Amino acid sequence: MCLAFSSVLFAVGLAGALARSNSILVLLGLELMLNAANLNFIAFWRFGPSHSPATGVVFVIFSIAVAAAEASVGLALIIAVYRHQRNIRLAEATRLRG
Amino acid sequence: MNAVLTLIALATIAAAAAAMAGRNLLRCVLLLAVSWAGVAGFFLWAGAEFVAFAQLLIYLGAISMAVLFAVLLTGRSREDLVADRVPPRRALYAVLAAAAVGAVLLAAVAATPLAAGPTSVPAVGVRELGLLLMGPHCAALLIVGVLLTVALIGAVVLAAGERTEKPDPEP
Repeated sequence: MCLAFSSVLFAVGLAGALARSNSILVLLGLELMLNAANLNFIAFWRFGPSHSPATGVVFVIFSIAVAAAEASVGLALIIAVYRHQRNIRLAEATRLRG
Repeated sequence: MNAVLTLIALATIAAAAAAMAGRNLLRCVLLLAVSWAGVAGFFLWAGAEFVAFAQLLIYLGAISMAVLFAVLLTGRSREDLVADRVPPRRALYAVLAAAAVGAVLLAAVAATPLAAGPTSVPAVGVRELGLLLMGPHCAALLIVGVLLTVALIGAVVLAAGERTEKPDPEP
């Protein structure tokens, strides 16, 4: 049940990341997929045979920290791209040199 | 107990799908905030209170605000807040690919004999969590701290861009 929930959430995030051309929405799709992975960690911690009582929780804390770092760098990249080409469409971001 | 989980799952997935299909960027971000709150509700349901509150603070408090700022900073006019229409062909391919991945995942979940674990919630208080983070996971905690610091400094450098040359004051 929990694993099915996270699978569907992952698929929704993947569809969003693949279909949208706005880079902010692509980043948000990635965040949804990361959230689905966190759901799995907690589901396995809660219902799986666990060796240590807090393994899943510690794992999710580190995962959320990495997700926050990724989001901040991604948004900074989006702002840098916007400064170069005055819009944030992914299809037009074909050059890295300004 | 299962009804609550079903409700949380339906609300989360519906909000996420509406956000990924919508065109107004601000509305998309707010719907995603609802979806993140649903994930936090799932954590609360599963008994991981600390993670639920961390999710609430970080995702609803920090990341959604940062994304809203990015949306508003990169939109020059009201029209920029409306995303481009997705070409139907690309939408079809994306949904097909995602549905294939989802079907594979669901089939794998359904086919795997999952070992039934303890039915009671493993009790993890903040005290035990703190002791674990400061004891056995100390190195990982330090590394994550360094990673966050480097990522935030890099984000500031990237977003600040090159400084415009200021003429040197005459000595």
